[in-house]
This record gives sequence, C-alpha cells and structure tokens, in this order.
Amino acid sequence: MTNAVKSFDAAEIRKDFPILRQLVHGHPLAYLDNAASAQKPRAVIDAISRFYSSDYSNIHRGVHALSERSTRLYEQGRVQVQRFLGAADAHEIVFTRGTTEGINLVAQTWGRRNIGAGDEILITALEHHSNIVPWQMLCEERGARLRVAPVNDRGEVEKFEFTERTKLLAMAHISNVLGTILPVREVAAAAHARGITVLVDGAQAAPHMKVDVRELDCDFYVFSSHKLYGPTGVGVLYGKSALLEAMPPYQGGGDMIRTVTFEKTTYNTPPYKFEAGTPDIAGVVGLAAAIDYVNEIGIDNIGGYEHELLGYATRELEKIDGLRIIGTARRKAAVISFVLEGIHPHDAGTILDRYGVAVRTGHHCAQPLMDWFGIPATTRASFAFYNTREDVDALVRAIHKAKEMFA
Amino acid sequence: MIDELYQEIILDHSKRPRNTGRLENATAAAEGFNPLCGDRLTLELRIEDDRIEEAKFAGSGCAISTASASLMTEVLKGRTKQEAEKLFERFHELLTSDAADSSGLGKLAVFSGVREFPARVKCATLAWHTLKAALENSREKVSTE
Repeated sequence: MTNAVKSFDAAEIRKDFPILRQLVHGHPLAYLDNAASAQKPRAVIDAISRFYSSDYSNIHRGVHALSERSTRLYEQGRVQVQRFLGAADAHEIVFTRGTTEGINLVAQTWGRRNIGAGDEILITALEHHSNIVPWQMLCEERGARLRVAPVNDRGEVEKFEFTERTKLLAMAHISNVLGTILPVREVAAAAHARGITVLVDGAQAAPHMKVDVRELDCDFYVFSSHKLYGPTGVGVLYGKSALLEAMPPYQGGGDMIRTVTFEKTTYNTPPYKFEAGTPDIAGVVGLAAAIDYVNEIGIDNIGGYEHELLGYATRELEKIDGLRIIGTARRKAAVISFVLEGIHPHDAGTILDRYGVAVRTGHHCAQPLMDWFGIPATTRASFAFYNTREDVDALVRAIHKAKEMFA
Repeated sequence: MIDELYQEIILDHSKRPRNTGRLENATAAAEGFNPLCGDRLTLELRIEDDRIEEAKFAGSGCAISTASASLMTEVLKGRTKQEAEKLFERFHELLTSDAADSSGLGKLAVFSGVREFPARVKCATLAWHTLKAALENSREKVSTE
C-alpha cells in the first residue's frame, strides 16, 4: 500500500457527499451502484447552483456580460476535460449528452463515411449495449459485418482477430459488468499497425483510473459526466483532430455553422461542428467542478484506494457459501458481479435494499455477456472512493439475511 | 415489510413450484418474457368446453414470478376463460391499487405485499400476462415491457 492510499480518508471524503448521510429503510445507506451512476459532491452541487444564481446565460455570440461569463466557463470546462484526458488540443473535446451519444455520433458521422459494404467492425463480448447497437445499426445500413472478440472464463478478452476488412475496433476500457480492465494501449497499437481506427468506451474507466488518450493512442474516447461525480446530461467525445476535421457534421442547427444561406451552408470547425443547438451549459460547469474535485483527491489515490477495497470485498464475499463471483480478471476495477445459489438476483436486490444496500440487479445492459456466462442476470456491487469497509460489511450482512430467508 | 413480500407461501411455491414441466395434449400455449430481469416462462393450458382443466409452466425466474406462476396454475383449474380473465383483473388491482379488495382471491391474496414494491409488480404479473396471451391464442411472445 502506498502512503497516499494509507492516508486516504474515506470517512472524511464521505462528508463531501450530502446524499450519503441518510438512512434507507432504517439502515445507513451503503451506495454500491456506482457503475450505474455516481453521487455528487457538494462542490459540484454548489457550482451548478452558483452558476445559475449569478453567471447563467446562453453561450457564444452574446456580447453582454453574462453571455461572456457563461461562454468563458463553458470553454474553460473544455480545457479542463482536455487536461484530464491528456488530449493535445481543447478542440479535440466534443461535448455530448453522454457516452451513448458519443458512440452514436461517431457511428453516424465517421462510420457512415468510412464503413462500406463488406467491411468489418470488431467489438468485444463484454460490451455494454451502447457499444453494440450503434454499430449493428451502422452495419445494417452499410452492409458491413459486426465481429466479436470473445471473453475467457475469467472475463478477459485475449484474442483480437483483425482481418483485411476490419476498419474499426470499438472496445470498452473497463467492463461495467465484470470490472475487467482491457489492455487498450496494446490492442490499439496492434490495430493501428493495420490501419484500423480505435474507439474506446471509457464510461467505467474515467472515474476510476488515469486516462491519457495520447498514451493509449486511441482515436476516439468517450465517457459520461454522471459517472464521474458530475451531473447527468453531459458526456465527452475525444477525437483526434485530423479525424474530427474530416468527419461530416452530426446534427444540423445553430452553433455548428459558419455561414447559412438557403442555397448553401458552410460548417463550423470542430468541436463546434458537432455541437448543434444550446448545449447543457450548466452540465459542463458541473463536470468541470467534478474534475477539479477528482484532481484535488488525485485519480491515482482514488484508484489505489478502490483497488484495496475491491480486494477486501472480494475476500469477504468469497467466504459466503453458494456465492459465485462472475468476472475474475487479473486486471480488474472495483466492480463485483455475483450470483447466489437458490436466490434470483432480483430477489437479492430487493432484500439488500431493505437493509440499506443499493446494488444493481439484472443484465446490466449486456445481454450477450449474460448469455455467454449462461446466466439470466447478476447482482452487481460497484464501488467508489467514498465507499468504506463498513459498506462491504453491510453488503455481506444483507446477503446473509437473504440466504436465511431463502434457506 | 420484507416479510410481507416474501410470505411463507410465496417462498414455498418459489422453492417447490407446482405444475411445472410440459403438458401433454395442451390446447393453448404462450411464452412470456420480462426483459428487465430476464425472466422467461412458457405456459401450456388444456382447455375443454371453455374450461381450463390443467395448466403447466416451465421457465426460470425470481421467487416472485415463480411463485406467482405456480399459484396461478393451481387456482386456474376448473375456471372458465372468462373467470380466468376476471381473476387477472382483480389480481392486477390487488398489486397496484391501495383500495384493492382481496376477498375471494384465496391464496392469491398473499401477493398484496408486492404493492409496496412497484419494481416487482411485473415479476408477479408475468405469468398472468402470459395466460392472457394463451387465452387469446396468440402465438406471439408477450413481454412485460
């Protein structure tokens, strides 16, 4: 354990999250549904409130004071995201509604222009539906083929088979179901050696580990604000400048244009070309505050603490008879999916909730992965840096209660 | 409150469901699916002279959906199609309305606790939606969504 992790004070950090200070069904809330969405620190809540109370206006083109302030804050948010991801230029950061929209944007702009009949798109077997369905739709439209890199019994993806026709590799950085951390840098290098473009779904990675898009050398990287302790409704698409510049626009409307006549419209440059209409300005301000907050604690400290918590939770859960962990990758983030003998995940989830333990149950938007493991659903506990060993203990106690009930 | 949901009779029917498996000489059948939790079931009925003589189900699901299917197959026996449809209406009301009256519902009254768990109403009604499809002789797979 590093000193940074040793000095990590989750109890102190919890005070920054007002929502965690409550009883649920008479029990202290153990919020273990962070892979679905994370809670918000006071700093984020206050930043949004302050923005609406004193600075808010529509952005760009306004000549009055509020518009200038709002524009400055919005564009500062872009610079903060650029630094957070290690991107070369702020213009490589496109604000979207979330990870899903980021992937759809790439599918409908880059994809339509670059994927043709007979081409192949390679994804992995552990993708979230949002990194499957947009590509299926594109393949159907273009007459292309979707291929899938398999997972092994641990939930790792080891074989990425590229063919002459592979044009795009779209892969998760971390599995939302299994917690598997995928070897993005190595796989991206292999893909690039064959001229294959690489998109990374970073929804589960950005909140939990250092992401440096230039070190990973991916072409596109997408994530959502709400999983990074920021507000809902905002996401980020990073794209390499040359790619973004060559891409056609996404939606038409205000802000994405340079000149409009009824005969001909010329488009703005990236990222504005992809940001038609009034964006979620306060959302970006909130995301910027979330990034500040994460930076203050340090993403490596967060990752280190969560890894330690994952170890503790894994050891404690493994002691429970009839509990089987789904996903035992050697490189793993703080997500634990499990099944209980004789107890359906849906029943487990309901009982756990009655003891104040919030987990997710179901297929986690990854039905093909459930099919591969031969299970209809799992119960998933996913951790954040404000979780403690007490939360793990509450989870374990509640599982024992469920077992008693179904004994 | 959790004990009101998982009453003894529900736990019993979920662990030892009655009338499971395939039905010889089935005259009506339907498949049900709850995409939220992945529960699936196949329901087969033997209907003679408008009366449900026998009902069997197969599938996998949570305790609530399994117990509901099991108890449903028990109470359906000997009922006419119309009576069965009426029963579903009353059962649905029991799960969703605070003013519901459970008289005459017999064992089905144990599901009144589901009312406090809105996310689980679909689990309790999956078998019944499937029944409705079977009675309408629809070959389509029904979904709770």
